[in-house]
Amino acid sequence: MIPTAPVGQAKSKHQHHHGHDVGERLYIHRHTPIHALSPALKIASLLFFLFVVVATPITYWLSYIIFFALIISVILVAKLPLLTVFKRSLIEIPFILFAVLMPFFGTGESFLFLNFTIYEEGLLAAAAIVAKGTIGVLGAITLSATSTAKDILQGLERLKLPSLMVNIATFSLRYINVVSDEMDRMKVARQSRGFEARGVRDWKILGSAAAALFIRSYERGERVHLAMLSRGFSGNLPKLATEAISQRDLLMALSLPITALVLSLLDRLVI
Amino acid sequence: MHIPDGFIDLPTSLAFIAVSAVGVGVALKGAKSELSDKTAPLAGLATVFIFAAQMINFPVAAGTSGHLLGGALAAILIGPWAATLSISIVLILQALLFADGGLTAIGLNVFNLSLVGVWASYAIFLIVKRILPSNKKAIPVAAFIAALIQVPIAASSFVFQYAIGSVATIPVSTVFTAMFSTHVLIGIGEGLITALTISAVLATRSDLVYGYRGQGKKLEIKSSVRSNS
Repeated sequence: MIPTAPVGQAKSKHQHHHGHDVGERLYIHRHTPIHALSPALKIASLLFFLFVVVATPITYWLSYIIFFALIISVILVAKLPLLTVFKRSLIEIPFILFAVLMPFFGTGESFLFLNFTIYEEGLLAAAAIVAKGTIGVLGAITLSATSTAKDILQGLERLKLPSLMVNIATFSLRYINVVSDEMDRMKVARQSRGFEARGVRDWKILGSAAAALFIRSYERGERVHLAMLSRGFSGNLPKLATEAISQRDLLMALSLPITALVLSLLDRLVI
Repeated sequence: MHIPDGFIDLPTSLAFIAVSAVGVGVALKGAKSELSDKTAPLAGLATVFIFAAQMINFPVAAGTSGHLLGGALAAILIGPWAATLSISIVLILQALLFADGGLTAIGLNVFNLSLVGVWASYAIFLIVKRILPSNKKAIPVAAFIAALIQVPIAASSFVFQYAIGSVATIPVSTVFTAMFSTHVLIGIGEGLITALTISAVLATRSDLVYGYRGQGKKLEIKSSVRSNS
């Protein structure tokens, strides 16, 4: 079998694409300054911003209002559909459930609410977890909705993630749809033979399917390696293309975390 | 679901970013010396496999189902070095693309799953394999025990981080009891899936199972065929 050509490679040669590529299902195509920003700057800016948020105690309410205003304005500038952003943010539900339990635990100041003892300490901790977690989730959603997966990898490479890690990640994004399509075909094949997974008794079949999937993935990896060797691969992959970072982009990227930092420091020191 | 931003305080998060960076750095060296130029394509496709295998639903009962976590499976199938890299990349991509796990908490998540999870399962696998008779049947049994135990160990590693740097007020002992007991149950499922998958790979391509390397029967070339008679 010939190594499967990575789907979408031909497409991604065009500068302009609309997010139907492999691993690009999260990308929402718009023409905005956030989309146009260099991915390395976007990741660095988000990381810096989140560190400022995590470092700010929840008792500085004003700072948190500012943080939320900042991240929401980024989402609005990026023209992302709010319903989609909301749906993607549901990933944090388990931790919200954990936070809901928290006001019932704690020491010190407490008050009665509908016959339950509510601890102020717990209430604050819960608010902190929900607020910080939500800002983090909104930030990551904005990143993956405004940059293609390939751009994010390019950004990580520029931010000096070891090249081997970048290469492994590149391979996994390139082949994720090939492998998950293979998995779907196996599922259809099982169903067409009348198999339906009902309980633990069916795990053996599913385990064999996982095993078959592993063998196929591994063998595909071997074929890809041989194909690379036959094309002159000597151990190093070419760098993902990167464009120069302009000073304007740098300022724009820094504006988010710097605004957050300065305003939260003002909140802490002055008010 | 992984640790989000702000669940564990900043100093602890930063400390674990440093520890995880060192751990992944060592794994990079280990994987390179073992796989050389094959590392990227093989570990890449193994990462894809973990991603895809996590999507297979294993029905439990009454409409609930679970899925594979994959730490032990990866360690036994492709070896602990490459598994550390694969699971780390799964976590980085989950955080950056799906907002599953905080960016500032990436060190905490990588530590629990790709360092503690992978290496605990590989160590347990090797120990159990040594105790059991050395034949092919022992491998799935060792895989079952390794995968079962590594899940509550990784959960305990989370509780350890919670004890050092949590902002939450739920007592550590309560969190430990809840996390440990639920993760023992999850571990049983993980152990079963891991063992079933490994035994199916052993049946068809035992040479691909890292944890079984060098134990298979050597092929002999027999020269007693008389061809010129």
